[in-house]
Amino acid sequence: MKIKFPKWFYQLASPRWFYDITSKLLPWFAIAALLLMVIGSVWGLAFAPADYQQGNSFRIIYIHVPTAILAQSCYMLMAIAGGIGLIWKIKVAHVIAKSCAPIGASMAVLALVTGAIWGKPTWGAWWVWDARLTSMLVLFFLYIGVIALTSAFEHIASGDKAAAVLALVGIVNIPIIKYSVEWWNTLHQGATFKVTEKPAMPSEMWIPLLIMIIGFYCFFAVLLMSRARTEVLRRESKTDWVKLLVERY
Amino acid sequence: MGHFASFSDFLQMGKHGLYVWLSYGIGLIVIIYNIWSVYWDRRQFFRQAKRRLKREKRSV
Repeated sequence: MKIKFPKWFYQLASPRWFYDITSKLLPWFAIAALLLMVIGSVWGLAFAPADYQQGNSFRIIYIHVPTAILAQSCYMLMAIAGGIGLIWKIKVAHVIAKSCAPIGASMAVLALVTGAIWGKPTWGAWWVWDARLTSMLVLFFLYIGVIALTSAFEHIASGDKAAAVLALVGIVNIPIIKYSVEWWNTLHQGATFKVTEKPAMPSEMWIPLLIMIIGFYCFFAVLLMSRARTEVLRRESKTDWVKLLVERY
Repeated sequence: MGHFASFSDFLQMGKHGLYVWLSYGIGLIVIIYNIWSVYWDRRQFFRQAKRRLKREKRSV
């Protein structure tokens, strides 16, 4: 059976088209990321009210929650892109999957570290072996595994395939992270945002959080596109258009 | 200004100043590292590719 995709789907698969379109998108995402992250952190640090139980340590939420969400979305994107690359043999999909891994790993580290710093004044411990924390640590190790596998093979295509399979298998960890606070007894508090309910905090607290989350997503888009662009050049370095770019550099 | 009465209050964050500023400091470091590594990666590619291209031209 042959499935017919719209034209943009095939264009997306062209490394050169990807390189050109991202050069137009990048500055807009960069401006949005800068504005949102500056506004969000100033709002969160200086203007949001203190938490009635946790005091000012709660302001760590404006880094902790966006990076934790991003670490998971980035993983999903990496696994899906890897899967698309496996099934339809699309070069750009593998490029995106490869570029996701180091960004996601750094976001997972940031979520874990800010969580530890937040845990100390709140729970009295930097680290506890609880379901949410452990599954988040597993997410970080999955990223490290994907990074290692991608570069462990002589042929780029073999590394791509191996990493994509690992990423797809590792998807089971994502619902474990999400529901860990419900399935097990945990110190970790429940979700701040739920689709079906109003946030359990006043709007002066959650609006800056929402701004930070969107800001971090824009920042992620900037990093992902930039990394993927260099990777496209590396993989297409034998083509004329890349040679021309190199000569002009 | 905002939630705090004075700038020193803002820096102290009740008794949580160390935790809050440490978190934001590390956050900033990770953000800068990510941006720097993008630039470094790109420069590295162009330098290597340029060298390779020169070698190819000489051998032709």
